[in-house]
Parts: sequence; structure tokens; C-alpha cells
Amino acid sequence: MKKVYPYAGWLLLAVALLVLAPAVLSDFRLGLLAKYCCYAIAAVGIGLAWGRGGMLVLGQGLYFGIGAYAMAMHLKLADAGPGGVPDFMALYGDATVPGWWEPLRNGGLAIVVILVLPALVAGLLGLAVFKRRIKGAYFAILSQALAAAFAILLVGQVKTTGGANGLNNFQGFFGYALFDPANKRMLYFIAAGILLVSILAMAWLYNTRFGELLVAVRDGEERVRFLGTDPANVKLAAYVIAAVLASIGGALFVPIAGIVSPDDVGVVASIGLLAGVALGGRASLLGPAVGALLVGYAETSLSEAFPGSWSYFQGALFVLVILLLPGGLAQLLGLLGRLNARRGNSVSDHFLRGVPRGKQRETEVPRSASEEAAAR
Amino acid sequence: MDTLLAQVFTGISAGAVLLLIALGLTLTFGQMGVINMAHGEFIMAGAYTAYVVSTIVASTELSLLIALPAGFVVGGLLGVALEASVLRWMYARPLDTLLVTYGVGLVLQQLARDIFGAPAKEVPAPGWLDGSIPILGYDFPLTRLFILVLAASCVAALLAVLRFTALGRQIRATVGNRDLAETIGISTRRTDRATFFIGSGLAGVAGVALTLLGSTGPNLGTSYIVQAFLVVVVGGIGHLKGTIVAALGIGLLQAFLAHALTGSVAQVLVLLAIVAFLQLRPQGILSVRTRSLA
Repeated sequence: MKKVYPYAGWLLLAVALLVLAPAVLSDFRLGLLAKYCCYAIAAVGIGLAWGRGGMLVLGQGLYFGIGAYAMAMHLKLADAGPGGVPDFMALYGDATVPGWWEPLRNGGLAIVVILVLPALVAGLLGLAVFKRRIKGAYFAILSQALAAAFAILLVGQVKTTGGANGLNNFQGFFGYALFDPANKRMLYFIAAGILLVSILAMAWLYNTRFGELLVAVRDGEERVRFLGTDPANVKLAAYVIAAVLASIGGALFVPIAGIVSPDDVGVVASIGLLAGVALGGRASLLGPAVGALLVGYAETSLSEAFPGSWSYFQGALFVLVILLLPGGLAQLLGLLGRLNARRGNSVSDHFLRGVPRGKQRETEVPRSASEEAAAR
Repeated sequence: MDTLLAQVFTGISAGAVLLLIALGLTLTFGQMGVINMAHGEFIMAGAYTAYVVSTIVASTELSLLIALPAGFVVGGLLGVALEASVLRWMYARPLDTLLVTYGVGLVLQQLARDIFGAPAKEVPAPGWLDGSIPILGYDFPLTRLFILVLAASCVAALLAVLRFTALGRQIRATVGNRDLAETIGISTRRTDRATFFIGSGLAGVAGVALTLLGSTGPNLGTSYIVQAFLVVVVGGIGHLKGTIVAALGIGLLQAFLAHALTGSVAQVLVLLAIVAFLQLRPQGILSVRTRSLA
């Protein structure tokens, strides 16, 4: 029973995404859902780094942006045709394609860049940060600053990145015309499929030695170090995986949303990615993805109904969820499960539960104690 | 030589702004470990206070002088409200305070947008800050000089409070060792609240000062908060001296890089420099020697 239950949740999500949604939703709504799926892919990675690893990754927009811009540049070059110049470059600049754009003409290379570049950047940064035992708030602030820097850099380079307007107006996606509704549906299935696969990958990862170590590092980094494992390597791996997932989400976001701009990668967007993870349950398997889908849906429908109310809602969501329900919706499910278990049905399962109460104290007490010591 | 001097002055005045903003942050971060993302919105509240005061007080000569203490009180009260309603439940998990205060900041931003409207407001500067004075052959704008003096006096006042008053002793004791402070009869909870009042009040003062440099919009705080946190991180936690050095250092570095390159590249390089710096000194410029494992 215990082994089956998380996969039952996954199957439910798979049926909802792959069968129910395409049957019920209009093309427009399905396109929106595809966009939420992109955020959800990034959220799955955040769940790994933040929920399981305890690293508050405030700057995932950086990796989301690397993937998105790499894909957008490829699409622009592909639209322009062999040897052609993307339209906006003729508008802002001197109508020559800069050298660092050229490799992205090749679709295969573009995919390699989308997968490898974020891993390299995250790897370098992670090595620099984790090996020097920079953690907690310091790491959060640094990662946030990098996302801010990336957005500033993009705005400043109008001639080569489209500046504040970003890149938009894409015609095709690897040979498929983007105005064709059938191809848009295909993109939705790709996004939903990758999301489901990435959740499965997490389910596997959480059960490996690495997954156990990651939680151990979150709950007692020093103990792991004393036991002979370098916590830095464990954190580094989780951070790199999270970065690659964010990049994949960003890359899919471009043909689906039809635009990418510095607003999608900056500080606000980066923290926005955390909202869904917090709501769904950061440490649970399905929580980050489900939360991201819910938050995306809420954002669209609330903005449609009451413009301007989304800021209040998102603000309240952060305050209420983190304050009262740190394990997110998954914690609620866990509580229900425990009630059931008391009645004799043992369906409580550790995948769907959020941060368990007991564990949480264990995490936080040494941290605050050591911070007080550091301030001494 | 002249351009060099100009960059030094630009850097120092940018550093003074950073210092004014980071001063309150380093206080609350150092004592409670709380990462207050709403600090930026307290700055915004201070700026809007200056705007409201300027609409009420007819004389532009006086309104700035009234706005400074008013901004301090508004910022401080907002801080105390935040501490009393939300943060005091969260001292056991400092990292989560970052997201909670970010949420509070979002709400405050939207409130400002609904109350004052999205377009930015201009606060008229008093006549006695018009023009500039020549220092070493460089025309230093009086508004910039005023902010420099304001930052210096805020630092001096804060140091005096910490050193000479009963509250200051309680704060230092709490920062030093919370449990021991409790055992000798200090109410660390009341001390925390007082610290939050002062720290957030300083944000309000910074907001009033920022109206001298540009217009006031709902997003005023967000544009400064990331850099302010970097100043705190580079300076070292709980050290005013480190914060001063870090603020001026970052201001100067940015001014020189922005002169040599473009502004956006300079900002990115400053951030990379900070990552590199933390490689050398993960605890910041001034660190307290401890035997803790952290």
C-alpha cells in the first residue's frame, strides 16, 4: 500500500493532464495550462533544492531565463532562415548576428545549450558557494542577486537580446508552424509529458541514497559532515538538477507563451516560482507541481476577474501558507491521512506529507542556535 | 584627475544611500536573523510619507524637516506591526521569514498603488538644497551632500543609542547571547520589538531621503532591496562598521565600473565581485570569531 499510493497520486495527475484537460478545455485554456506546466517543471526542481535540500533558491529565474533565451534565440534564427538575421536586430542594431548567437542556429546544439549551460553555471556557482559553506540567508541573497543581475544585463543589451521588450513573434518550432492549433496542442502534450516524467524522476531520486543524504543534509548538515560525506557535493548535485529543470521549463515556455522578456527572469518572477512550491508542499513529491499549476490558474483567473487583486492574493498566500502551513497542501493531506490511520485505514504516506512537524524543529533549532552564535 | 574625483564623489554618495538603507537591515538581521524583504516597502512608505507631508505643509522649506521624523515613525510603526503580527511566530525558522516578509511587501506595494495611484509622485525639494557647492573643484550637489550628512548622523545616532542608553545595552546583550540576556532579566521580546522599530524607522528615513534623488513610485523599495542585502552580507552580520565599509566600497566600485563600462554591465560585475569576495571571506568584512560550526 505504502509503495503504491504516491504513484496513485501521480497517475491521477497524469490522467488529469493528458486525458481530462485536452478533452474539456478550449485551445486557449489549454495553452494557458501548458504555460503553467512550464512553471511546474521549474517548481519540481525547486521542490528538490528547497523542500528536500533546504536551500532557499531565490534566483531560479536565472536558469529559467537561460533556457528561455537559448530557445528564443534559436527560434528567432530558425525563423530568419539559413544565414538570415532576426527581425528585431535589423530594427535596433546593425543587422548582423553576433558570434555567440551563431551556434544556436543548429537546433540540436540549442538543446545541448539548454541542458548544459545551466548545469555549468549552477555547478560553478554551487562549487563557489557550498564549498565555502555559504548557506541559509547568505545563499538565498546571493542567488537572488544573480537573477537580478541577469535581468539587468538583458535589459542593457537591446541590440542582441531585445532589451526590456525581450524576444517575441516566433513563427515556428523545429519546423512546426506555431499558429497551427494542432501544433499548440502538441506543445501542451510535450510540456505536460516532461512535467510528469520529471516528477517520476524525483520519485526515484528521493528513494536513492542521494535523496536520503539530501534530506539528511537539510536536517543536520554538520552530522552528515561528521559521518564522512561532504554535504557540499550533495547540495551541489541537487542545485544543478534544479537549475536544469528550470532551464527546461524556460525553454518550453518560449514557444508556448510566444514571448520571453527580462520580466520573466528577474527577482519578482524568481520568487513567483516559489509561491506554488510553498502552496503545494515544498518537501512532497507532487506538491510543487500541483501547487505551481494551482497558482498559475489562480493568477490568470483572479487577474481576469479583479485586476490588481493578484498582488494581494500572492502576498497573502506567502504569509498564510508559510506561517500556518509550512508543509503546504500536502501537509493538510498528511493530517487527513493520519486521521484516517487512527480509524484503522493506514494510507498515510511519507511522499505526500509535507515537512513533518518533528523534523522541522530538528532542522531549525540548530540553525537558529548557530546563527546566534555567529552573531556573538 | 577630475573624472577620478567625480567618480569618488559619485561613489561616496551612492554608498551613503546604500548605507542608509542597509543600516536598519543589518540591525534586524544581526539581532533576530530575520531577513526582512518588506524593508524595501518601508522605504517606500517613508517616501510616500514625505509626499503626504509635502501636500499638507505648504512651505517646501520646512516639509523635508517634518518628513524626516514622520518617516521614521511611519516606518517604525509598520515594522512593529509586522513583528507583532507575523514575525514573532517565526523566530524558530529565520529562512522562512524571507518569503513571509516578501508577501507582506507585495501587499504593501499594491496598497500604495491603490491609494496613491501607479504613476510616480514628485516631492518638491526645499529651496535650501538647490544648487551645489564646489569641493576640490568638483560641484557637489547639495541634495547628495545632505544625504551624506544624514547617513552619517544616522550612523552616529545609532552608535550612540547602542553604546550609551539602557535600550542599547539590552540590544547588545541580546545580540551577544539571547539566553544569557534573558537570565539577567532582559525581556528579549521587548528588545526585539524596539530593535524592529528602530531598524524599520531608519528605512522610513531612507525613503524620505530618496525623494530628493528621484520620484516616488510603488516599486521604489524593490529597486534598492537586493543591493541593500548584499551590503549586509558583505559587511558581516551585526557589525555596523562592516556595513559602513561595505556600503561605501560597493558604492565606489559601482561608480568606477559604471564610468569605465556601461551601467548594467557594472551592476553585474559588482555582483560577481561580491560572490568572489565571499569566497575569500564567507563571514563578511568583519566577522566575529566563534567556535560555532556554522
